[in-house]
Amino acid sequence: MWKCFSTTSRCFSTSTSNKALKWWDHVAPAPKDPITSVTEAFLADTSPTKINLGVGAYRDDEGKPVVLQCVREAEAKIAGCDFLESVSSAVSSKLVEESVKLVYGKDSDIIKEGRFAGVQALSGTGACRLFAEFQRRFYPESQIYMTDPTWSNHHNIWRDAIVPERTFHYYHRDSKGLDFSALLDDVKNAPDGSFFLLHPCAHNPTGVDPTEEQWREISYLFKVKNHFPFFDMAYQGFASGDLDRDARSIHIFVEDGNVIGCAQSFAKNMGLYGHRVGCLNVLCNDAEQAVAIKSQLQLIARAMYSSPPVHGILLVSGILCDPNMKALWVKEVKAMANRIQSLRTTLQKSLEHLSSPLNWEHITNQVGMFCFSGLTPEQVDRLLREFHIYMTLDGRMSMAGVTTGNVSYLANAIHEVTKFG
Amino acid sequence: MDSSSVFANIVRAPEDSILGVTVAYNKDSSPDKLNLGVGAYRTEEGKPLVLKVVRRAEQMLVNDNSRVKEYLPIVGLADFNKLSAKLIFGADSPAIQENRVTTVQCLSGTGSLRVGAEFLARHYHQLTIYIPNPTWGNHTKIFGLAGLSVKAYRYYDPATRGLDFQGLLEDLGAAPSGSIVLLHACAHNPTGVDPTIEQWEQIRQLMRSKGLLPFFDSAYQGFASGNLDADAGSVRMFVADGGECLAAQSYAKNMGLYGERVGALSIVCKTADVASRVESQLKLVIRPMYSNPPIHGASIVATILKDRDMYNEWTVELKAMADRIISMRQQLFDALSARGTPGDWSHIIKQIGMFTFTGLNSKQVAFMTKEYHIYMTSDGRISMAGLSSRTVPHLTEAIHAAVTRVG
Repeated sequence: MWKCFSTTSRCFSTSTSNKALKWWDHVAPAPKDPITSVTEAFLADTSPTKINLGVGAYRDDEGKPVVLQCVREAEAKIAGCDFLESVSSAVSSKLVEESVKLVYGKDSDIIKEGRFAGVQALSGTGACRLFAEFQRRFYPESQIYMTDPTWSNHHNIWRDAIVPERTFHYYHRDSKGLDFSALLDDVKNAPDGSFFLLHPCAHNPTGVDPTEEQWREISYLFKVKNHFPFFDMAYQGFASGDLDRDARSIHIFVEDGNVIGCAQSFAKNMGLYGHRVGCLNVLCNDAEQAVAIKSQLQLIARAMYSSPPVHGILLVSGILCDPNMKALWVKEVKAMANRIQSLRTTLQKSLEHLSSPLNWEHITNQVGMFCFSGLTPEQVDRLLREFHIYMTLDGRMSMAGVTTGNVSYLANAIHEVTKFG
Repeated sequence: MDSSSVFANIVRAPEDSILGVTVAYNKDSSPDKLNLGVGAYRTEEGKPLVLKVVRRAEQMLVNDNSRVKEYLPIVGLADFNKLSAKLIFGADSPAIQENRVTTVQCLSGTGSLRVGAEFLARHYHQLTIYIPNPTWGNHTKIFGLAGLSVKAYRYYDPATRGLDFQGLLEDLGAAPSGSIVLLHACAHNPTGVDPTIEQWEQIRQLMRSKGLLPFFDSAYQGFASGNLDADAGSVRMFVADGGECLAAQSYAKNMGLYGERVGALSIVCKTADVASRVESQLKLVIRPMYSNPPIHGASIVATILKDRDMYNEWTVELKAMADRIISMRQQLFDALSARGTPGDWSHIIKQIGMFTFTGLNSKQVAFMTKEYHIYMTSDGRISMAGLSSRTVPHLTEAIHAAVTRVG
């Protein structure tokens, strides 16, 4: 069985004489990711009534994943083209520019003057990680302030980049809305020049967004305190159905003269989940500084994965750089947002119709993909065990998983586990 | 602008030295320019090559309307992982059969190395990695940023333009027990100098006796000899002795999937239980880096590897690429011999894989770039894949001039 390699017929065995060192005996099994493990468990469940309200991935009204029409068309266009070793820097710059237009508005001076450093990234996670590493490299003593709560992976990202985190008030558990005055206090009390991680729209996991007025107050305070706002925009288009409107908070900050950074993901709003396409941009003083910052970001990426995969870049490029495709995309985003919106209404009405003792207004007050239901871990567990309904333990429901076919079942189940208050 | 960027005092980072060569090449307007910089395959016509079998696989995927674009699991595409492990370790590998191997899909070789290095930095007890001198420029940065301390072991002998085997054995022999050792599985980059089978066996024995942990970088399987199994010989030799190791695989070159970032990291463990725990920890490295790997390239690879006809087609196309490179080596050697260029150029045909370490110094390289518009890295490494029968004479002239006119 063991191959003999040398001509002197010296065979070697599975000898333990070479100190059969057990390198990894001390390695403990890692905890499962709280979000992806929900999908794993869901997939293993054989119940015909199961519902996955775990991961924030869009589903159609049959509960099926969707490939957008604009994506199909873009894919058909690039099929059969040469495989690129890398995207040409012209294509790359154009794509980054089109992505960044989504953030700042297509007529923004920032774009015209090239006052941003932009690089493609591995979806939202990759963009956040690049920024976190960049932050650590150039502000090694800094911390990051995160909303309480925030997407669970945010904690992992900044931790692995070795940037300590602090939280600031955000979600008000009783009202299931924004804890605005506490938020402002935390922003005021943070040391000047602190780094903050903000969700510009469709907050994950709560679905609670500040109003425009509230954003103005926050932005003004940021300017006074000279804080650095980093926006993680993973759901642009899903909050209001309008891409431009969903970036309004960022526009307000920029109008006030805040110098910001922004991570964008095309996973959800283009349905390109598995392709890992996103963008990171950091605002700069001028185009020259943009070159410097971009080069530093590329340096970080080079030692991690070199460059993001070309296929996803070509798809996004094909959509954003073609006015007709882009127009189609905008319509498809609106349709996705509308479907979610309408199911929110249906779910809330169904619960009210069942004479639930609880207030369910937050279902329609909250925006984007998620509803922070307020369900306790025990109730979440009952939904899982008794009804095969899957969500994360914090009670976050991905509304994209709700359909006209399952909304009654869902409402009944929620009512069952909450009717005694 | 009302306020200044908090990053205002950031200076511009240096260009990556390898990719910078192509940047400079692109700026050159000379019709005679020749890019022998980056290790990407080119045809006789100097064009990038999309393998026919890759096109076919991609078309199959595009035509399949039932395919969706959902997130892959954190560890990537399951089929792809299993098939990749089989490719490098052999389908009959006992390690695979005993479930002692964990394989995770990563972003090409770079991503596989980084994830492996991050894992080691967190869980391994000896945080020093020994890398050959010289090695691919990005290795130091990858391991350093992952938190490992990087040291070198002697590898290349400029006098012989071959392996400094004694130096290698001495340096590895002196390494603290348990140290990690980076090994190029075949077709060493940048030198093209590989140990013989006998030398590999000695390296293996030495490493196992000192408890040194092997970390293989396999970026050219199939490119060195044209035979996938032969090119995995060094890796399989280590796995066959029942010991543990890491292996990073890239499909950039051998499937021509450069831009799609397809690769895999495998960790061979003592037991299936350990492998399972190790995998769970690898997920914790990956999730905060990019959550899950990209779907497109891995799907193409899996499609090819799992279909016997497509696999065979691939091996034929791969051999053709390797053969073209080998023939370029011969042509260049013959041309230099015919030209009477001073020096021993036999290393050109002895060295293996995509690169030749010419032995030219940086002054000579600069001269060749300036006078002959030939682009290569300043260490004198040339990518044979960038050569063609048509351009061999031009390169020969340039080398001849550099060697005779520049010290």
